[in-house]
Amino acid sequence: MAAPYDLNDDSVVVIIGSGAGGGTLGSALAQQGVDVVILEAGKRVEYDDFINDEWGSFGQLAWLDNRTTSGNWRVSQDFANLPAWIVKAVGGTTTHWAGASLRFQEHELKALTNYGPVEGANLLDWPLTLADLEPYYAKAEDNMGVTRTNGIPGLPASNNFKIFEAGAKALGYKDVHTGRMAINSEARDERSACQQTGFCFQGCKWGAKWSTLYVDIPKGEATGKLEVRSQSHVLKIEHNDAGKVTGVVYADKDGNQQVQKARIVCVAGNSFESPRMLLNSASAKFPDGLANSSGQVGKNYMRHMTGSVYAVFDKPVHFYRGTTMAGIIQDESRHDPSRGFVGGYELETLALGLPFMAAFLNPGGWGRSFTSALDGYDRMAGMWIVGEDMPQEKNAVTLHPDAKDQYGMPVPNVHFDDHPNDVAMRNHAYSQGMALYDAVGATQTYPTPPYPSTHNLGTNRMSEKPQDGVVNKWGQTHDIANLFVSDGSQFTTGAAENPTLTIVALALRQADHIASQMSKGEL
Amino acid sequence: MTTVYEQRTGLTRREMLKRSGAAGATAMLVISGSAVIAANRAWGLEVTALKPETMATLIQMARDIYPHDHVPDKFYAIAMKGYDSEMAAKDAAKKDMIEAAIADLDARAGAGGYLGLGWEEDRIAVLKQIEGTDFFKMVRGGLVTGLYNQKELWPLFGYEGESFSKGGYIDRGFNDIEWL
Ligand SMILES: Cc1cc2nc3c(=O)[nH]c(=O)nc-3n(C[C@H](O)[C@H](O)[C@H](O)COP(=O)(O)OP(=O)(O)OC[C@H]3O[C@@H](n4cnc5c(N)ncnc54)[C@H](O)[C@@H]3O)c2cc1C
Ligand code: SF4
Repeated sequence: MAAPYDLNDDSVVVIIGSGAGGGTLGSALAQQGVDVVILEAGKRVEYDDFINDEWGSFGQLAWLDNRTTSGNWRVSQDFANLPAWIVKAVGGTTTHWAGASLRFQEHELKALTNYGPVEGANLLDWPLTLADLEPYYAKAEDNMGVTRTNGIPGLPASNNFKIFEAGAKALGYKDVHTGRMAINSEARDERSACQQTGFCFQGCKWGAKWSTLYVDIPKGEATGKLEVRSQSHVLKIEHNDAGKVTGVVYADKDGNQQVQKARIVCVAGNSFESPRMLLNSASAKFPDGLANSSGQVGKNYMRHMTGSVYAVFDKPVHFYRGTTMAGIIQDESRHDPSRGFVGGYELETLALGLPFMAAFLNPGGWGRSFTSALDGYDRMAGMWIVGEDMPQEKNAVTLHPDAKDQYGMPVPNVHFDDHPNDVAMRNHAYSQGMALYDAVGATQTYPTPPYPSTHNLGTNRMSEKPQDGVVNKWGQTHDIANLFVSDGSQFTTGAAENPTLTIVALALRQADHIASQMSKGEL
Repeated sequence: MTTVYEQRTGLTRREMLKRSGAAGATAMLVISGSAVIAANRAWGLEVTALKPETMATLIQMARDIYPHDHVPDKFYAIAMKGYDSEMAAKDAAKKDMIEAAIADLDARAGAGGYLGLGWEEDRIAVLKQIEGTDFFKMVRGGLVTGLYNQKELWPLFGYEGESFSKGGYIDRGFNDIEWL
């Protein structure tokens, strides 16, 4: 029933990328009767074929095309060509993700107003409010089956969570639970309940965790209005003399270039590829790239303030058993400058398998202090820290002056410097995390540096005024009416919460807007 | 072909005595012809391009970088065998590079060479001197997957690996903690 569309069909909406943003948008549009072609660079790997093996799965799903890095972030030293850990496959990074699904807080959508100007930061208020988002958050939570919403029970407590919860109580934290997770705690939406296999980051072989791959995309395809064309890597977006976009150039699975015509183009390639495509589409008419009259395309890259704390105990934990992310503490997510920084952070349990623990615990580390941590692997507990980082104009995705990819297009360079606010927040979170584990008898704690970015945000940001950002409150570019951005690169600021629920809510809201504008003949 | 094999028999007493390294710290490894053999004969590794002494030194170096006292040498040998079969045997320049790097390590260690240093502490002091070299970075970086991604190694750390085929942990202990 998946509808194949002709390359010359210029009535279709073309969406680039099939992840949280693109997959959601494409399915929602198709369900409203709009003809959609999703072009996805990666292959279609169905969930039966996922691999319960960290490096094996990484090879199967991760985006491995060359990228370069600069800046003072440690990732640039340790993983110079892997700034982000994201996916190239149908479903995008919703195959790898952990499932934490949190709404933003009202004050976070008005960061500039509530935090005041922060030196070195390019803070701005979102051009929308929590009230604008709430109906779409509700729809997204229902669509994704988020626990603790819609009457869906929370997931059961795992060993890693029980330790975390005991430590949280000892520290006086109140808001502690097994999370709002887009993971079935009971069978729902024709998908099974979580079996606690512990390989959420490798793709859920039970289909218990939400992914556009097996939730939204098949529903869209069933309407006969959606074609997902995999192994179709978009290189450029084309436009006419009137400054409207007309289609996209992509490399097909054999590396041959094709042009797919389009009525509307929506970019959803995650926060490196989306600005890269706009920049790589520079023309005589738009010499700085598409939709870049503000100069903000690629700028204000955010990755969340992150880090981890692992702790070793004298008795077994087996923290790798069960959901990778098994619970949350929300007490620190408030804005309370008395802690020495603006914005807040969440603490969320995390477990890695032995191979990834060896790679990420202390990249570059060696000798007995390193190996004694791994010797305690089965007595280990762990948490991940995720907090609001500051948008900075210098943190940017730019086109590399020399390096080219397999299609001859300039590769992206990702520059990131931590802001002093990020560093202060991370240090606060490290000491809270270590104190938490100490309170339940840890014999060692390990403050662990950030991994290659999993949350990538802000590089085509939303703004009220065209000079401050790339898109308006609908994700429509300020410069080109039929060009939209539909992924996390729209984020004006990052907030403390994991981003995907908000990406999905924005995509659902954008779908309604596009469908209504189309029916009114305005697009 | 470089092979890591189990239970090599027929090792003569003379071979047993021809241990790599004079001082006995590395008495676990024996050189015999073109093979590096575990002194308890549990396994052996035949080299084709590198000197067997070089391979023995690489294996010791691997253990010194990521020392796990409960992990047998065999796992370190498996992690390092590619320096012979994949690099030295296929590319003469790489072979020379590896031999030169190990010769340098031996020279820094003094009269008995790297394997002659009895205490890990003394070998670490030598490794610290070369920590910034491309050779050290290659060996350390390669071990992260070469050592820790060996499935047979995981049980030694209590990691159970693949769990889908066993139905996950829902009935197999994801919440079995009792000591809290
Ligand atoms: C290990 C891990 C754990 C995570 N856990 C959580 C969590 O618990 N909660 C949460 O909220 N978020 C989590 N995330 C983040 C979440 O996955 C992302 O925020 C989300 O998937 C981003 O959606 P997106 O649409 O912007 O991009 P993606 O989902 O990455 O999709 C982008 C797609 O576009 C495709 N693409 C890119 N360029 C092109 C091109 N030129 N042509 C064609 N296709 C292209 C890519 O191949 C990809 O499939 C996690 C991420 C990782 C890696
Ligand atoms: S732990 Fe649950 S959600 Fe995670 S991969 Fe296993 S079944 Fe899926």
